[in-house]
Amino acid sequence: MPKTERPFDEELKSLREKLMEMAVRAEEQIALAVRALKDREEEMACRVLEREEAINLLDIEIDGMGMRLLALRQPLAADLRFITSALKISSDLERIGDLAVNIAERTLDLLKAPQLKPLIDIPLMARIAQEMVRDAIRAFVEGDDRLAREVCERDDRIDQLNGQVFRELLTYMMQDPGTISQAVDLILVGRHLERIADHATNIGEDVMYMVKGKTIKHHIEGRAGGPKSGEGGAGA
Amino acid sequence: MSPAGNSVKFKTESLDFYYGPTRALKNVSIECFDKKVTAIIGPSGCGKSTFIRTLNRMNDVIAGTRIEGQVLLDGRNIHAPEVDVVELRRRVGMVFQKPNPFPKSIYDNIAYGLRINGMKDKRRIEATVERSLRGAALWDEVKDRLDDNAFSLSGGQQQRLCIARALAVEPEVILFDEPCSAIDPIATAKIEDLIEHLKTDYTVIIVTHNMQQAARVSDYTAFMMLGELVEFGPTDRIFTAPANKLTEDYITGRFG
Repeated sequence: MPKTERPFDEELKSLREKLMEMAVRAEEQIALAVRALKDREEEMACRVLEREEAINLLDIEIDGMGMRLLALRQPLAADLRFITSALKISSDLERIGDLAVNIAERTLDLLKAPQLKPLIDIPLMARIAQEMVRDAIRAFVEGDDRLAREVCERDDRIDQLNGQVFRELLTYMMQDPGTISQAVDLILVGRHLERIADHATNIGEDVMYMVKGKTIKHHIEGRAGGPKSGEGGAGA
Repeated sequence: MSPAGNSVKFKTESLDFYYGPTRALKNVSIECFDKKVTAIIGPSGCGKSTFIRTLNRMNDVIAGTRIEGQVLLDGRNIHAPEVDVVELRRRVGMVFQKPNPFPKSIYDNIAYGLRINGMKDKRRIEATVERSLRGAALWDEVKDRLDDNAFSLSGGQQQRLCIARALAVEPEVILFDEPCSAIDPIATAKIEDLIEHLKTDYTVIIVTHNMQQAARVSDYTAFMMLGELVEFGPTDRIFTAPANKLTEDYITGRFG
């Protein structure tokens, strides 16, 4: 049977492009927020705050496009999975944008006092989180479920770095209570980056559903070869 | 084989159907479950209508047709020599694309079938007419005009009258061959609503060109193409994550 180009395909393409634009912006926000923190650039942190609105507007626009396509085209199968995934992904990107703003706000707070310590793990976390967002969106655009799965697997590394950041800053606070205010801000930055990676993971999971039509969320099938032992029981 | 709690009402095994030399059905094996709605979808000429017409031997009346393989109703071959075709069609009723009431009163459209089936008691006939019209969600609209000619009804009402007529003889299965293609969206919604209710008492098999209709009314969906059964499964899965690429391409409108 010959394949036909549908007018619908154009609409799906523009939805995809909007989402890519939103992802690029979200990713830039993470980079900008963490560079402002690392290089102690107040003006750069303020730019993150200013640029947030564009992401929010894209979120609203994508919601509108998705709802319109659902109502008017009554999509099925792969089209349906694509559009519902796009709607979820746009929410995740919007949250990622919010978290970048949270990091910029912590940065503005931190700039009021001299630097506690040179930052190493936080910029590393930021780089990984940023790559996760980028690859998750690439997986979405290319329908690459293997890349999506791989993005999800990187989440463990972020969690581990976040724990490391937390423990290190805890020792600072114990040695000198004068550092508490700054250390708490940095712990929050770590936490925000960890949340960003979680949203990238959500995107990866949505992409895997979109491509395969099977849910892998919440360890229903296990992301990397089945649920880890201890989970699903009476554990922590 | 069958999902838990579902018993098989109709089953075909390696069903082939020929119009003269043309093989219209190829090796179709499918199970339709009792008191469920099964939708058959597929492009024009894929054999959907031919398929459901084999289920009550409506194709028998077409000269030069031939069948191979088996059609089992409650496990019994409907082509076995001892099968009474009239009784088979009583058990397996059919509603067609265009409403086809008899040129008689609304009342007689239903009473006629009862009388030729030997029902004589006037009160029993009356009661059955009312029960059938209620079953087809038409009673309230026609109860004061039962003597009017059936052609005075709207298209949607005529179609429900045909459903009532099918229900009157207490069938077990109702076959619908594109029952809504000739009626408007409001009448369509009524018929779909009715199908939803019918499945508490009957097994329903519906051929439809309207994918959304299949998605709305059915529990199971079969996708056919070029006389073959391509995919069969629970409707929610077929329309969200079909396993077969051909099904995917068809339901997303990618066929040229």
